[in-house]
Parts: sequence; structure tokens; C-alpha cells
Amino acid sequence: MSASVLQILWFILLAVLFSGFFFLDGFDFGVGMAVKTLAYNDAERTQIVRTIGPVWDGNEVWLITAGGAMFASFPYWYATLFSGYYIILLIILVGLIIRGVSFEFRSKSSAAHRHIWDNIMAIGSFLVPFFFGIMFISMIKGMPIDANGNIYGHFFDYINWFSVVGGVALTLLCYLHGLNYITLKTKGVISDRAQNYAHALYWVLYVGEVIFALLLFFQTDFLKVHPILTLICLALIVGFSVAAHVSTFKNKQGIALTFSGLTLISLVALIFCGLFPRVMISSISSKYDLMIQSASSSNYTLVVMTIATVILVPCVLAYTIWAYWIFRKRIAMPKIGEVK
Amino acid sequence: MNVLSLARFQFAMTTIFHFFFVPFTIGTIFVVAIMESMYVHTGNPNYRKMTKFWGNVFLLTFAVGVVTGLIQEFQFGMNWSDYSRFMGDIFGAPLAFEALLSFFIESTFIGLWLFTWDRVKKGLHLFFAWMIVFGTLTSALWILTANSFMQHPVGFSIRGGRAVMVDFGALLSNRQLLYEYTHVIFGALLTGATILTGLAAFQLLKKRSISDVNKKIYHKTIRLGLVLMLIFSSCEFVAGDFQMRYLVHEQPMKFAAAEGVTTTTGEKAPWTVVGYVDPKTHDIKGNIDIPDVLSILSYHKTTGAVTGMKEVNKQLEKRYGTKIDNHKMDYYVPANTLFWSFRVMCGFAALLFLVSIVGLIMTRKGKESLYSHRWCLWVLAILTFSPFIVNTAGWLITELGRYPWTVYGLFTIAQSVSPSVSATSLLISNIVYFSLFTILAIVMIALTVRFLRNDPEEWEKAGDEKRATDPFAKGAF
Ligand code: HDD
Ligand code: HEM
Ligand code: HEM
Repeated sequence: MSASVLQILWFILLAVLFSGFFFLDGFDFGVGMAVKTLAYNDAERTQIVRTIGPVWDGNEVWLITAGGAMFASFPYWYATLFSGYYIILLIILVGLIIRGVSFEFRSKSSAAHRHIWDNIMAIGSFLVPFFFGIMFISMIKGMPIDANGNIYGHFFDYINWFSVVGGVALTLLCYLHGLNYITLKTKGVISDRAQNYAHALYWVLYVGEVIFALLLFFQTDFLKVHPILTLICLALIVGFSVAAHVSTFKNKQGIALTFSGLTLISLVALIFCGLFPRVMISSISSKYDLMIQSASSSNYTLVVMTIATVILVPCVLAYTIWAYWIFRKRIAMPKIGEVK
Repeated sequence: MNVLSLARFQFAMTTIFHFFFVPFTIGTIFVVAIMESMYVHTGNPNYRKMTKFWGNVFLLTFAVGVVTGLIQEFQFGMNWSDYSRFMGDIFGAPLAFEALLSFFIESTFIGLWLFTWDRVKKGLHLFFAWMIVFGTLTSALWILTANSFMQHPVGFSIRGGRAVMVDFGALLSNRQLLYEYTHVIFGALLTGATILTGLAAFQLLKKRSISDVNKKIYHKTIRLGLVLMLIFSSCEFVAGDFQMRYLVHEQPMKFAAAEGVTTTTGEKAPWTVVGYVDPKTHDIKGNIDIPDVLSILSYHKTTGAVTGMKEVNKQLEKRYGTKIDNHKMDYYVPANTLFWSFRVMCGFAALLFLVSIVGLIMTRKGKESLYSHRWCLWVLAILTFSPFIVNTAGWLITELGRYPWTVYGLFTIAQSVSPSVSATSLLISNIVYFSLFTILAIVMIALTVRFLRNDPEEWEKAGDEKRATDPFAKGAF
């Protein structure tokens, strides 16, 4: 029995949803971290936060959709992954929660308490990409999945060199993506400073990417299973990073943002291409790998889901783009003494 | 403590907390959208101040509602992985639709609504508000589709040890869904109306000096709130009655427990007002009964016997067996919790109904006596907290009354829990969630109180000054 067209379509759609999440919420995380690392004073912090004020929640819904879609289209994958990564997902949830409330709480707090929420926003925005990196990268290395699809892992299955490098790389990618976004969406000193940070940090990213590629070669079977696809994806990751870097030098701000987003998408593509036709890799025995055809929902459910998606996703994209268009202008620095 | 009880505790804690905010959100944005409609219709700037002011209270609850919702989605996989395997084929689809249809709309249009006052035409801005309402109402529809299936499975077949969907239409036309959705939505709207009325009363009580405009706005809020309270509490009676009569046949154990019927009654069933069910013997003690009323409530007729818990248990044991997966089974539910939750829910429904009638009489045009009696305002103010209790009570009946099943008649709670998650992990997550929720609740209340130091008039002015440097102002860039 091999995977049906619909099953493969949903595997791809999941990749698309995660790509949407990292492309959009990726810069939110970057901006959240920049609140503590890029801004010098309260006015600058407010200016930065405002760049994502109206859109961050919509961006996070990509994650909720991806989770819901995984539950619906690959319930066995959802069950194994979510119960197997219990503590990691708990940390991610805590990060998302404290970050999510900090936007509203920050603007309603007194000036004296605002810095607490700024710290919380930065910590939350760091925890999420870092632990997502750990989760996805340790997942492609293979986890001790038993015959019933349950993971009984110990500490080093989750936290090891490879997964930590993955976590750092993903965090750095989100941070750079956020810097590019700030450069584009603000005016004044903060925009220039973000661009300067990005110039320097891309050099660090290249080092990270090389280490990551080497570890990928030794720690996963991706190059054996899909040598060409893997190499293409790796080349894209590096290529897009360089393109983004060059664009920042040329002050092509929108293009830099697009390329840093595409870097994140290529990383998602690398993971999904390498997994195919599996969804989870067992380090105990390849017999226990979760496969697309056996982890998925019934054909009927997939048909229902496909119909709904075909109708709804274009609408979502249309009004999301419309909203970004309405909020297209750059954010200036607020005057001193201004509320919020 | 074992994994199962920790997971159950966590589920109860996180959903109850989520459901503090959800009906608050659904209800307030609905009332706020009505306020904005009144503004657009009449052009009266006071309505606009009112909309903006209460809209800001809505934002706080929305933020907490969103982040607690995330836990809900994740915890099915984390704590209930075997349940997810069994039910994913059916449960996942409504959850995914909820995100695709509702959450995208909610989040995008809240951003638009919040940041585009005076930037777009009035009518378009109002449209944003009603889109948020649409988002919240459909979001409840999808999640309740999933919940209704668990209460009353339809349109499925069992294949390879899991439930698979065979008829999506049946899921949506589930009668349980019809009743449950109506009931939950009217409850949520009642929640919003009651809270805004109560908060307006608080404002009037708290402020020493208050400008005429602000006073007018608070009076208008109370008046509007009372009208909506009357409408929605009446609707809630009808919806509750339907739901109750449906339960008689579909989940007789839940019904018997909610009404404290331990042994099958005669043709003229008496209604127990208060009482205590002994958890060991399943006999009711210290009960006060009113003759005939239960027959009328259950069948809308003066005769009709109601099956008692002991009898229902025997029937269920016959139908489903006394052993499932080597667990000894009985089908009793926590009767006292159900019984008392039911009384709390109905009691408050009646109270809100009465208060809204008296309140409307005391605020009628030309004879507004309510505002000059501080104790009247205190009654409204204290009722702000009642919807939280009522909603929780309702869910305790629904969910505990389904015991021992997660999916009624198909899958038990004991079968649902994640096999690979350790008690330690669960204990940690319980502690983490509990601490987070405590902090969130405290901060949320503190910030609401802080925000309510403002008044609508001054709040709008402050907003106008702020706009001089906001993202859209000409001078800003
Ligand atoms: C403000 C909220 C509110 C109010 C005033 C009421 N309820 Fe309620 N009730 C709910 C809010 C609620 C709820 C939280 O929304 C529940 C939980 C699940 C559901 O379907 O609605 C609920 C559940 C619920 C159930 C269990 C349904 C099931 O398990 O299938 C019954 C039988 C009733 N209600 C009946 C009533 C009656 C007869 C009421 C009035 C006299 C009443 N409720 C007022
Ligand atoms: C519509 C969405 C909901 C779904 C799908 C759902 C599903 C579940 C599941 C899977 C359980 C665990 C199994 C069990 O213990 O019975 C449960 C239990 C429970 N839920 Fe719900 N629930 C929903 C809404 C709610 C809400 C809104 C509340 C409260 C405000 C709530 C309160 C509870 C309680 C109190 C329990 C019992 C925990 C225990 O067994 O001790 N539920 N529900
Ligand atoms: C246990 C099952 C439940 C799950 C998995 C769940 C999931 C979620 C999620 C992920 C969010 C965040 C959405 C965002 O980011 O915008 C959310 C918010 C929301 N949920 Fe739930 N939820 C559950 C129970 C319920 C119930 C029982 C209702 C209503 C009857 C409900 C209605 C809402 C609404 C209206 C919102 C948006 C407004 C707000 O956040 O307050 N949910 N839910």
C-alpha cells in the first residue's frame, strides 16, 4: 500500500501551513526579541511593538491551523508528536502565552510596569522558535518510537548537539527576519540600527548554516534517502540567506524581508522533503516509522478537508493581504510622554 | 496521584479557565457591535465613546481567551493521545475549520477594527465589528460540533479500532448540536450583557464626581444591557428546557443525576428542590419535593415516570457490560455536583431574568429611579460575577454527566489518556498552568480595574491626542 494523492497533498499542505507560520510569525518572534536587544528606550520599544500590533494574532493562527490540520489529516502523527514532546511543547506553550498577553498588558500597564511586559515579550519570543527548532531537528534525527507509536525518550533524545544547533539557527533566522521587518516598517534611527545589526549577524548565520549542514549529513539519513532534494533545499537556504544579506546592503528592504522569509520556508521544505514518505522516524527500528499512508485520516475526512481548504484559504489570503495593505505605512517614533 | 486523574484535573482546569473568557468575549463584542451600530445609525458621538470604551475591556479578555485556547488545542495530543488516535478522523476537521474560518477572521478583523477608527468609512468600520462577531459565533459552532459528537456520536463508523467519519452532514445536523449551540450562545450573550451592565454600575458607584456625558453613557449602557439581559435570559429558559427534555432520552443518567432521581418515580414524578445523594448507596437524603413538577418539566405533561439512577445504571450495565478493557465499570456519575450545579445554573437564570425586568421598570423613560438607589446599582455590580459561575456550572453538568465516557458509548476516559506521558510531566504541567492562570487572572483583573479609572469621554480625548503621532497620522512619516 502506498500513499494516495490526497494523503500526499495533505502532507504538502501541512508543510505550507508551517511555512506560513514561520514566514509570518517568524518576524513577530524576531520583533519580540528586538524589543529588548535593539531598542534603547521606551519610545523605541513602543515603536517596534507597533509594527506588529495589528497583525501578530493573525500570524499566530497559522500555527493553530497547522496544529488543527495535523490533528485532522494525520491524527497518529499529531498524537505521537504532541505526547512525545510533552515538556518541549509545554515550554513552547508558555512562551506563546506570555508573549500573547504581553501586547495587550503592556499597553494597559503603567509606565513603571511596562518594562516587565517588555521582558516577558522578549523571553516568550525567544522560547518559541528556539524550542520549535529543538523539536523539529531532534524529530528528523529520529526518536525512540515503539510499535504502538509512543515515544519513551530520555533527555538526550531531545537535547543534543544537533537539536541545539537547530534551535539556535531557527532563532537566529527569526531574529534576522524580524530585523528586516523592522527596517522595512519603521523610520528613523531604529530602522538604520536594525539594518546594521542584520549586516553583522548574517556572518554569524553562515557559520551556523555550515555546522548545521555538516550535522545533518552525519546525524540524519536525509542525504541517503533523498540526496538531490536535500542538497537543493540546503543550497536554497544558503542562497536565500546570501540574497537577503546582499539586499540589506543594497537597502532593498522589502526584498531582504522576502528572502529571509524564503530562507525559513526552505528550512521547512528541507524537513518535509527529508521525512517523505515518513512523518516520524523511529530510532528503534525503521519498522516503527510512522508513514504517510498509515498515519493519516480516512479518505472521506481528507476529501471534506480538501473542499473546505480550497474554498477558505483563498479568502483568508485575500483579506490578510488586504489588512497588510491597509497597515502598509511605516511606523514613526512616538513622542515622549505619549500613552501606550 | 495517577496519570489519569492528573490529566482530568488539567482538562477541567484549563477548559474552565478558557471558558471564563470565551463567553465574555462572544458576549461583549456582540454588545459592543450593537453600540457601534447605534452610533452609525444615529450619529450620536456618545455611542461612539461608549463603543470605544467597552471595546477596550473586550480586548483584555480576548487576549487571555486566545492564549488559553492554545492550550486546549495542544492538550488533546499531549494528554489524550489515544483519544486523538481514536477520534482524530472526526475531531480534527471541526478544529481545523475553526482555525481556517473563524480564528483568521477574528484576529485579522480585530486588528483592523482596533487600529482604523477614523481611517476608514464609518460603515466599513462597523463591518469590521460584525465580522469579529461572526468569527466568534462560528468558532463556537465548530468546537461545539466536536463536543456534540462526543455527547452524542453520529455519522461515523468504527474501522480498524478507530472512529471514522462517514457523513459530515450528520455531524452538523446533530440534534445535540442544535440544542447545545443555541444554549451556549444565548448563555454567552447573556454573559456579555450582564458584565457590561455590572461594570457600568460599578463605574457609577465608584466615581465621586462624574461629567454629564459620562453619566449618560453609563446609564445608556445599563439600559441597553438590561434589555439584552431580558431577551437572552428568556431565550436561555427555552433553550435549557429543550436541552433538558432531550437528555431524558439521550443521556438518562445525566438527567437523573441533575434532578436527583435515585429510584424510578411513579407516573406523577415529584421535583426535588434540595437534597443530598449518598455517593455509596445512591440514595437521596434530606430532600424537599414538590409533587408532579418533574413530570411537567420533563414531558410538558402532568404524568410521566422518570427513570432513577439505579435503574439507569442497570440498563447501561446490560448494554455496555460491567467490564471494559479489564476495568470494572459502573455508570454512576458524580450526582451531587450535577444536582447542585443544575440548581445554581437555573437559580441564576431566574435571578438575572427577574433583575432585568425590575431594572427595566426602574429605568424607564422619565422615571429613572434605579440610578439614585445605590443598593440597586450594587445588585447589578455584584451580578457581574454571576455568569462565570453559571457557565462553569453548565459545563460541569455536561462534561461530568458524560462520565465514564469521553465519547458517549464508544470510548472511555481511561482509554483516552496518553500512555507515554509520565505522572511527573503531568504534575509539572499542572503546576505551570495553575501558576500561569493565577497570575493571568490577577493581572487581568488589576488591569481592568486600572483601565476603569478612565471614563469614556476622557478616554476618547486621550486617544485623539495619541493619534497625532500614531502610525497613520500625516505628520508621523
Ligand atoms: C449564562 C449561562 C447559562 C444559563 C443562564 C443557563 N445555562 Fe444551562 N448551560 C450553560 C449556560 C447557561 C452552558 C455553560 O453554556 C452549558 C454547558 C454546555 C452547554 O450545552 O451549555 C449549559 C448546560 C446545560 C445543560 C446540560 C446539557 C447537556 O449536557 O447536554 C442543561 C440541561 C441546561 N444547561 C439547562 C439549563 C436550564 C434549564 C436553564 C435555565 C433555567 C439554564 N440551563 C440556564
Ligand atoms: C467544546 C469543547 C469541549 C470538548 C471537546 C471537551 C472535551 C472534554 C474531554 C476530552 C474531557 C476529558 C475526559 C473526561 O474527563 O471526561 C473533558 C472533561 C471535562 N471538561 Fe470538557 N470539553 C469541552 C468544553 C468544556 C468546557 C468549556 C468546560 C468548562 C467550562 C469543560 C469542562 C470539563 C470538565 C469539568 C471535565 C471533567 C474533568 C474530569 O473528568 O474530572 N469542558 N471534556
Ligand atoms: C476544548 C476545546 C477547545 C479548543 C481546542 C479551543 C481552541 C481555541 C484556540 C486555539 C483559541 C485561540 C484562537 C486565536 O488565537 O484567535 C480559542 C479561542 C476561542 N475559543 Fe476556544 N477552544 C475550545 C473550547 C471552546 C468552547 C467550548 C468555545 C465556545 C463555545 C470556544 C470558543 C472560542 C472563542 C469564541 C475564541 C476566541 C475568543 C477568545 O479567545 O476569547 N472554545 N479556542
